[in-house]
Amino acid sequence: MSDLRALYQEVILDHSKHPHNFRAMRDASRSAQGYNPLCGDKVMLYVKLEGDRLADLSFQGTGCAISTASASILTQVLKGKTREEAEALFETFHDLVTGKTERDEKGPELGKLAVFSGVSEFPVRVKCATLAWHTLRSALAGSEEVVTTE
Amino acid sequence: MASTPEAVKPGAGTLSRPAFDVEQVRGDFPILQEQVHGKPLVYLDNAATTQKPRAVIEAEQHFYLAQCSNVHRGVHYLSEEATRAYEDVRVKVQRFLNAREAREIIFVRGTTEAINLVASTYGRKNIQAGDEILITAMEHHSNIVPWQILCDEKGAVLRVAPIDDTGEIVREEFERLLNPRTRLVAVAHVSNVLGTINSVAQIIQSAHRWNIPVLLDGAQAAAHLKVDVRALDCDFYAFSGHKLYGPTGIGVLYGKAAVLAAMPPYQGGGDMISSVSFEKTVYNVIPYKFEAGTPNIAGTIGLGAAIDYLNGLGIDNLGAYEQELLAYATEALSRLPGLRLIGTAKEKAAVLSFVLDSLHPHDVGTVLDQEGIAVRTGHHCAQPLMDRFGVPATTRASLAFYNTREEIDSLVKGIQKVKEILG
Repeated sequence: MSDLRALYQEVILDHSKHPHNFRAMRDASRSAQGYNPLCGDKVMLYVKLEGDRLADLSFQGTGCAISTASASILTQVLKGKTREEAEALFETFHDLVTGKTERDEKGPELGKLAVFSGVSEFPVRVKCATLAWHTLRSALAGSEEVVTTE
Repeated sequence: MASTPEAVKPGAGTLSRPAFDVEQVRGDFPILQEQVHGKPLVYLDNAATTQKPRAVIEAEQHFYLAQCSNVHRGVHYLSEEATRAYEDVRVKVQRFLNAREAREIIFVRGTTEAINLVASTYGRKNIQAGDEILITAMEHHSNIVPWQILCDEKGAVLRVAPIDDTGEIVREEFERLLNPRTRLVAVAHVSNVLGTINSVAQIIQSAHRWNIPVLLDGAQAAAHLKVDVRALDCDFYAFSGHKLYGPTGIGVLYGKAAVLAAMPPYQGGGDMISSVSFEKTVYNVIPYKFEAGTPNIAGTIGLGAAIDYLNGLGIDNLGAYEQELLAYATEALSRLPGLRLIGTAKEKAAVLSFVLDSLHPHDVGTVLDQEGIAVRTGHHCAQPLMDRFGVPATTRASLAFYNTREEIDSLVKGIQKVKEILG
């Protein structure tokens, strides 16, 4: 598979064209805004917490295929996870997109997130893939600051 | 060696042929032989920075190999050599802009610093609470933010002249915004996103009727069309060396001598003083008053080589060739379904910004890059302009005289590949 096809896998293109959980959340416990000044991507991320658990997630915003798909898949895979599990998954995901994960090392815990493995061949796109995740971290920390990738 | 108009081969004078041999000119730019991702480099990001001809690279190198010394300091041979070379470039720039005097040319880091210099000297002295500064909706951040900082500090007001859907300033609105409180007009000569060549002569005439000085941001203009600051009668003109096939880190602020002489200094330090005691410092005359510290000597000499190079080719010839290329590219891109050009002014420089279906420019840029094609994607440091056109970002192909029709064809093929991969 060419690097481009590896980057723009069907799953990613589907999510970018038809993002899941793409809506504002009125009863969100936390929300945060993320911004990538390089390309102008903006994401607003909403989380509903039940105790320590991420009961629901949604997002809105504008962005490239990678950042939109990443936000969309994030809202799916983290639903029902604890904060600690979400943080651990971010670490794993970050290692994947920055090329720290060996190809045969991709653990089952990555699940759907494995479609982002192609990002590691495109270092300038790492910020696109991680914008929603950084924004989530900010939302969970209760920070009022807009997260930027710079 | 650069070819000159005299070198045109017999029979090459038809309309569709450039007034110079583009292949020969390409040979002057070593980087154009490079490959990117295994494909020949197609460099279409000239509005961000231009590539450098060998003459510029060698001039900088020669300075470090054989001339390196500080300027305006020593009595020794090398210092005199360096000073002469440095000051020679001031005269070259003066002639390039058709300024009246060499002392009207101030060396700075680039357009951004030139505008900041005017804001923090002329602006601080002459702009008070309630005064207005007039810019336009198509300005680069570097012709917005320095004025915002000044307005915040002084309690002055920044006014913005609107543009129409083609990317031209709405002249009636511009005229209406001029008033007795307007203290300065600052306008792009050529838009970095839309390519619009603004009718700056008319703008200056209108502003001068109110005795309002005008600064032109010439970052995108100086390398592509003949600039005559005396014919334009602008009060300030700013441009960057690196967008003029010269080195990074060197740029020019032109100012009318009388205006510059009345301005307070910019930065304090060496070279900008004529005498210093702890009680009183007497500032140097222009242009040195604005050139504190050791300047970018090698960069200045490189800029001089760039100007020589452009003069050798003839800037009018280059402009004419770029216009042909623009027409070819505009037609080729317009034929692509789903592509919308942003910026369709009647008078345009060779800049083509576009959006493609609902695809994000960042994705478009990544696919094009894999084809060896360098374009800029994003907001191009003009976020208010993106808002004006209701797009978060655009893809921008900006052309130079070393680009070819074949490269435009590669861009078209690249865009088709984009649709194939992302569509």
